[in-house]
This record gives sequence, C-alpha cells and structure tokens, in this order.
Amino acid sequence: MAPRASLGLRARLLFAFALLCVVTAAAVTGGMYVDARNAILQRTQDAAVQAMKRRMEQLFPLRSVAPGPDELREIAGTMTDGDNRAVAVYHEVHSLSGPAPGRWRPDWKWQILDPKVIPPRLRQTVADGVMAWQRVVWQGEPYLIIGAPLLVVGEDRTTRVSGIEVYTARSLGPEQRSIDELAGRAWLAGGAALAFAVVLALLATRGVLGPVRELGRAARLLGEGNMRTRIAVRGSDELADVARTFNTAAAELERHVKQLREMEADARRFVADVSHELRTPLAALAAVADVLEEEAARLPEPAGRAAMLVSQETLNLTALVNDLIEISRFDSGVAALALNEVDVAELVRATLRVRGWSESVHTELAPGVTARLDPRRVDVVLANLVGNALRHGEPPVSVRLRADAHWIVLEVRDHGPGLAEAVLPHVFDRFYKASAARARSEGSGLGLAIARENARLHRGDLTVTNAPDGGAMFTLRLPRQAVDPDGSPE
Amino acid sequence: MGELRGRAVKPGGGSRVLLIEDDPAIREGLELALTRHGHRVRAVESGEQGLDRLRTDLPDVVVLDLMLPGMDGFEVCRRIRAAGEVPIIMLTARGDDMDVVAGLEAGADDYVVKPVQPRVLEARIGAVLRRIGRDQAELERYGDLTIDRAGLVVASRGVPVSLAPTELRLLLELSGTPGRVHSRQQLLESVWEHGYFGDSRLVDACVQRLRAKIEDDSAAPVYVQTVRGFGYRFGPV
Repeated sequence: MAPRASLGLRARLLFAFALLCVVTAAAVTGGMYVDARNAILQRTQDAAVQAMKRRMEQLFPLRSVAPGPDELREIAGTMTDGDNRAVAVYHEVHSLSGPAPGRWRPDWKWQILDPKVIPPRLRQTVADGVMAWQRVVWQGEPYLIIGAPLLVVGEDRTTRVSGIEVYTARSLGPEQRSIDELAGRAWLAGGAALAFAVVLALLATRGVLGPVRELGRAARLLGEGNMRTRIAVRGSDELADVARTFNTAAAELERHVKQLREMEADARRFVADVSHELRTPLAALAAVADVLEEEAARLPEPAGRAAMLVSQETLNLTALVNDLIEISRFDSGVAALALNEVDVAELVRATLRVRGWSESVHTELAPGVTARLDPRRVDVVLANLVGNALRHGEPPVSVRLRADAHWIVLEVRDHGPGLAEAVLPHVFDRFYKASAARARSEGSGLGLAIARENARLHRGDLTVTNAPDGGAMFTLRLPRQAVDPDGSPE
Repeated sequence: MGELRGRAVKPGGGSRVLLIEDDPAIREGLELALTRHGHRVRAVESGEQGLDRLRTDLPDVVVLDLMLPGMDGFEVCRRIRAAGEVPIIMLTARGDDMDVVAGLEAGADDYVVKPVQPRVLEARIGAVLRRIGRDQAELERYGDLTIDRAGLVVASRGVPVSLAPTELRLLLELSGTPGRVHSRQQLLESVWEHGYFGDSRLVDACVQRLRAKIEDDSAAPVYVQTVRGFGYRFGPV
C-alpha cells in the first residue's frame, strides 16, 4: 500500500539530509575545533618554553657541577613561579631526595614536581642535551612538562652537558577548559544544524510527498473505477507536470470508458429491445402452438410434420427470448430478489420432483438447513446444473448440500470425463459452445450465464471444476441470509 | 383441507372468459386456444369495451392485458374489482416486475407472463374458478369476525364483507387451522395451485387486500398475522 512506500521515501530523504548535515557539521566544526585547539596549545607551549628559557638564564653561573639535593632544590626553586612546578635532577639525585630542608617553604609543596611523572622518553631526550616537552595527564589534569639540560661552557668555549636537568610542569587545566568549551559549542552547533536539517527535510518531504501521495490516491481511485478523479495542479515544477499528465491521461481514459460503456449499453439495449419486440409476435405464436401440436397427428403429411416442427420450435424460440429478456434484466440491474426463508433440502427435492428427476439423481442433503433466498431463482440455477449434468455428463449425477453458519454450498456433479481445461474458463460465457460442431442443442446457450447471474444476485457465486475422480463439478455458494439490494420489508 | 377443496371446473366446463388484449394476433391466438379448451370467449381490444362487456356478459373470469391503449390495465383492473368479485388474471410482460406488483395491488388474483402458453393460462383459469367447497360446520367466530363455511359468507361486526374468490380461499385456508403457520410456498400450492416455485408476491398482495377488508388496522393485523421469515398465520385473536 501507499503509506509504506511514502514512509520509505520520507525515511530515505530524512536520512540523506541528516547524513549531509552531520558530515558537513563534523567537517566544519571539527576542523575549526582542531585548529583552535592546536593554536591554543601551541601558544601556551611557546609561552611556557620562553618563560623557562628566561628563568634558566638566572641559574648561571652554577655553583657546582655536581650538585647535591639542596642545590638542586635551589635550582628548582628558581625555576618555579606561581603557575608551574619544577624539579631539578642530577643523575639519580633530584631536588626532592634527601631530608626535608631547613629552608622549606610550605607553599613549595604546590610547586614541586614528582620526577616519576616525567615520561622516560622525555628524560632520555633531555639527557641527550636537547630541550624537549611533552603533554601528560597527572592526577587527572593535563600538564605540559618541559625538560631542559643545563649546559656548561668549557674553557675551550665548547658547551657540554652538565648532567643537570631541569623539568617544569605547567597545568594545562585552563586551556583544557577553553578547549572543552569550544568542543561543547561545536557539539551544540552540530546538533542545532542537525535539528535544522531534520526540520528542513520534513518540510521538503512534505512538499514532495504531499503531491506524490495525492497522485497515489488519485491513481487508486481511478483504478477503482472513479473516472472523474483529477488532481489539483499547483506550481510549475516537475510534480505539477506529472499531475498535468495524470489529468490528461485520466480524461482520455474517462472518455474511452464512457464511449465503451455507451457502446455496451447500446448493444444491451438493442438486445433488450429486440427481445421485447419479438415477444408480441411470439406470444401470438405460442398461443396457437398447442393447437398445432394437438392437431398435428390428424393432419396429412407433410403438413403434420411441419405443424409439429413449428410448434416445437416456437417453444424453443420462446425459451430463448425469455432467457434473453432475463439476461438483459441482469445487465440493466433491474433483477430483484424475492427472498423467502426456505428449507434448502426441500427446495432441492422440489426442483428434482417437478422435473421428474428424483429417480435419476442421487442426493446427499444435510437436513434442517434453512436459508433466506429467492427459491424461484435457486430453482432456475439447480435445474440448469442438474439438467446439464444429465444431458452432457455420465450418471450417476449427484447433488450434495452442505452448510456452515453463513453459507450453504450445493454441489452438482456427474461422473463423465469432465470438461476440457480450455473450456473451464468459458463455461459461463453467453452462447459459449464447447465444440463448434455441437449442434444447437437443448437450451438457449444462456442457461449457465443466467445461473451465475442468479448466484451473484444473491451475493453468492457459482464455480466449476473437474472433480479429482472425474466428472464436472459445479459449486453453488449462497449466503444463508441473502440481502435484498432493494431492502424488501419482509 | 380436502373438504374445502371443491371440484375443479373442468376444462370445457363452459366458463365465460372475457379477454381484454389490444394486440390482434395475441388476442386471436388466445381466443382460439381458449375456445378449443371449451370456454366461451369474448375478446375485446380495449379496457372501455371490456368494462362494457363485463356488465352485459357477466363473465366467470377476466383475462386482462396490462399494456392497453387508452385506459391502462391497472385502471381497468381497479374498476372491475370495484364492480364485483370476478376473478382477474393479468397478462404481463416478462421483466416488468413493477407491473406485477401494481397489478396485484389493483386487485388481480393471478398473473401469467407473456408469451403465454395456453396450457398454463388454462391451469390458472381452472384454479381461480375452482369452486369452494361448503362445509356443514357451525358458524366460526374470531373476535369481531364471523366465518360461515356453509354459506361462504364472511362478516365483520355482523356486516358481510365482500371478498374476491382468491381472498376468500386464502382466508378459509388460513382460518381452517388457526394458529398454524403457513409458508408462502404452501399457500401458493393450496390456494393458487402453483407449483413449489410460484411467485410469493401473489400471497403477499392477496394478504394485503384481505387485511384491508377484514382488519380494523391493516398495519397492526389481528386475524392474518405475518410470521417474519416464515409466512402467515391466522390469529390468535
């Protein structure tokens, strides 16, 4: 059905919009975020390195090339300010080793740096005489650790590594918070863009899907036979083109269907008119056919046989015209049901009895099945089916009645060879003859068509199959409570 | 009900038939066929002539085509019914269901569909002309209604009610077994002598006419009651 298809289209459009938005937002805000973050960190780093270099100049001249913990502490003290911590290391000795110094200042504890925090690779680099820095996380906070070797200048004006390394750690907390804030804003912007994209997508899908859905609805109505269905054309986009094309096609279709219906109605009216026109002369003929038949035996030949023939054919012609009139009544929709509550088994027995078939037909009738139907019409159907089975099929011919709460089912079958597969779909066609060679036999050629119309008038159906063990089987299904379309009061 | 069922008028019993039919061929054909069956047939071509003949010929049965030039068949039917209780058999065109209903409401007793087979018409004539057997039974009283099966007189509050033969037969059939439900099929067989598959509208139309004559309020019948889905029942009063 249409709702699922349009949902699918909507979901796809939404997904595409959202994806586009997410990718764009990620690219833009992500790029900006990375740039800004790098810039912030770089600036902080540069400033810290510069500050450290300035401080280191205050260390010279060194008092000893092999300092003890106190001297190292001294060095570390010089390297610290309010913002950072420092430690000075000389081989295995560092500014924190050894006993607590007398010049210990309580605020130093905020300024000391545990050498264990310094990554080994950084130390390695520094030990090689290069100033280096690295970001680490210590006690849950990011730090920038800068390490620098103290160089001494020898008499020959060459520099060499003194073995003293100074490390400072600067908290990157404020920067981290700025970056976090930046990230938060990036997320916010991305989310807002996504929401905006979804809203935009919804609007767009509504703009596209509305007309598409209307087109679907109109096509469905058209398919149901509502030929006047048209679509309101809005705007001048592709969808409007489609709507215009649809309207043109629908108009053309309506014209064709109307034309066909008119032709069909004309044809049917013609049949009805012809039948009615035939009736008056036929009524006169029928009135005297009996007389002819009774006199035929006393007339000299060939007048006697001629009289017999005229009489017999008058009866056949009467039957044919009656059937034609009956079928035109179905066609014009004036056929009505005269509903009565009847015992169905009794109805079947009456049909067989009236025509003298009680002996030749085997019945299997569920007792006590009552139904509200038009007995005359059901009799017509049954008589036709049983008559056909007796004439064209092989005995035994059987009639079976079954019923459930809502339906009665009457099966009429014979035990002949059955009907050819090619014939089955056409059995109920008007004037259909199974073989062209078959002579104009009993019946008008309308019997089964009328039978089916009668079944359908009851809102039931009449079908035919070949029974598995041979023979044609006609199945008449009728509702137990047929509804009179005109709403009979009884 | 055997005792109610009288001796049927034999074909050739010499009943007088008034045939009103405008088409000359059908008129002649039916006249020929009915005459052959021993009836004395008066055939006329219009309703006006038919009503004239009704007064002078006093026919036993009228065979009336519904499609007539000038005064139409329904009007003729009503006027014949107003003049007396002679049985009327309509000739109707197949497929004109409304005509059947309207004709039955106008007072026709039965109908035959054209093209008519004379033996069918003959059987219908036989049925409507069948004499009603008389019983030696006592006068039956049901509320304000009295039925005299010996004199074949029905009276409401002592005033005789004029019933057409089919109406009288239907009332006698139903009141013969008060309280028992008769299906339309049964009534068609016993009153109209139609087969099992007769037109049940005959029964319904006749019941309507009967109610109009014997019930105080046709919409709330006391004597001829409808048993929905099954048929009709006389009483209980």
